[in-house]
Amino acid sequence: MSVLKRQYPLMILAGVLLLLPLVLPNNYYYDIAIRMAINAIIVLGLNLLIGFAGQISLGHAGFVGVGAYASAILPSQFGWHPLLAMGAGAAIASTIAAIVARPIFRLKGHYLAMATLGLGIIIAIVIKNEAAYTGGPDGMPVAPLGLMGFEISGEKQWYWVLAAILLFSFWAARNLIDSPFGRALRALHGSEVASQVMGVDVVRYKVTIFVLSAFFASLMGSVTAHYIGFVTPNIADFFHSIELMTMVVVGGMASIYGSLIGAVLLTALPQALSTFEGWETVAFGSILILCMIFMPKGLVPTLAARFGRNGQEDR
Amino acid sequence: MFSQFLQFLFSGITVGATYALAALGFTLIYNASNVINFAQGEFIMLGGMLAFYFMQSGLSLPLALLLAIAIPAVVGVLFEKLAIEPARDAEVVTLIIITIGASLVIRGLIQIWLGKGAHSYPAFSGSEPIQIGGATLLPQSLWVLGITALVVVALWYFFSRTLAGKAILATSCNPLAAQLVGINTQWVLLVSFALSAALGAIGGVLLTPITLTSYDVGIMLGLKGFVAVVVGGLGSGLGAVVGGLLVGIIEAMAAGYISSAYKDAIPFILILFILFFMPRGIFGAQVTERV
Repeated sequence: MSVLKRQYPLMILAGVLLLLPLVLPNNYYYDIAIRMAINAIIVLGLNLLIGFAGQISLGHAGFVGVGAYASAILPSQFGWHPLLAMGAGAAIASTIAAIVARPIFRLKGHYLAMATLGLGIIIAIVIKNEAAYTGGPDGMPVAPLGLMGFEISGEKQWYWVLAAILLFSFWAARNLIDSPFGRALRALHGSEVASQVMGVDVVRYKVTIFVLSAFFASLMGSVTAHYIGFVTPNIADFFHSIELMTMVVVGGMASIYGSLIGAVLLTALPQALSTFEGWETVAFGSILILCMIFMPKGLVPTLAARFGRNGQEDR
Repeated sequence: MFSQFLQFLFSGITVGATYALAALGFTLIYNASNVINFAQGEFIMLGGMLAFYFMQSGLSLPLALLLAIAIPAVVGVLFEKLAIEPARDAEVVTLIIITIGASLVIRGLIQIWLGKGAHSYPAFSGSEPIQIGGATLLPQSLWVLGITALVVVALWYFFSRTLAGKAILATSCNPLAAQLVGINTQWVLLVSFALSAALGAIGGVLLTPITLTSYDVGIMLGLKGFVAVVVGGLGSGLGAVVGGLLVGIIEAMAAGYISSAYKDAIPFILILFILFFMPRGIFGAQVTERV
């Protein structure tokens, strides 16, 4: 396969992102597109963990919360530069992930689900309770993100920033999957024992991917905080974790295109349902159940298996 | 000083009993199907909310309670039939996600039907506190403890003395072997889900006069029941009961002596500790995995 042909998907995504502003009628739609991109980037990282490494995280919103609040607190109360704060948030999230992951990944099955769930809830509770720093349940404002004297503001500017980050993440994720690291990940999803026998350091790979996904979640938490200009503890709560996981599952576990599709569909859904209070939750739940029963592999892999050339390229 | 300790102990045991019932529900379903049912907490909420609804619509206390326990049991059966059975051979992750989906559906429907407000109903036998050693104990707490104890004894009898109970135990040991000796494992699954939903609902019905209920209490209660399971050791019935009481007591003590704001965080800090240092819990079996 030629180098050019291999990059087709990247070019298609770039094309879509370039042309999209032509059809976006107003700032409301820009806003939705931006939220889709933010979710897509988090979901790409989470999917590496759930889909490729076969590990489930029920507390990913906790990491998003760490990033968001680092960007909210450090610049306004300690005078840090926003970029430095963003980096610090990501570093804190990665460190927490690494500390928790080491002992947990020696265990199997439900244990990571339990541990991440506990971790996510603890982070959410800390954010709600430390009102002196975080503003408590009411949330707090976030200073705008300035880069070298230039301040990112307005939906249109943010759109291009996120389009660039999304494109980069997509490219990075695709490359990662086809690297030796990615092959090792897929191998240990297939059979941990077999990959261990072949010399894959199972625990190390799982820890690395978990830390990586926490890192990205935190970065996007910071971006969300700066974009919206305000954070509330909801960003770190259990329901947000479930939303993120739903995006992975509906789009397709272990599918990079699936991550994008899942994020786009499930970001649009609450907008469509927001007038029916309560039904939003019911719809989310039903989609999860139906999706797991009828296409446990998710939308993209199921459709690809039915219509596409089966094999390598449909990942 | 001592009276204060006693006070915390009373409130800890009362909530702990509810966690124990939820934990028993988790254990039942886990043993029968290897599924961790994240919708368990919704059955606690369902019990409380339905009891409130029936009492408000004028039914007598016993009838309202009976319905509030029977209906969640039916919901449990439907849940198994409609959501778990069609995905029987799926991976663990898939099944966990299905139960999370079910919990969202139940919670959403109750929110639409009964609204977002917090509800309660009068305690079963007055609310005149009883004085013991300087601490006060609500009569409703005695109901919680008494009925939980009854339920635990009944469950013990069911599993160790009756054919149906032993069939369930056999299925949890080895489904295929159970099927070969003529046990209807399909039936076992249904009974486990019904029973576990009813256990959760009993907890909800008993606790609501003390703590109030609303459409969203299920998550926290369920998760704490789940912590109790992990503390006691996944799959152990005795562990579930001890774990539940322990989580309740530790939570109450920490709220009283350390910080009430962090009360809800305590069980989850506990779960991380347990997973780090004794991942099989207090009563969990040692298992060696075959490859």
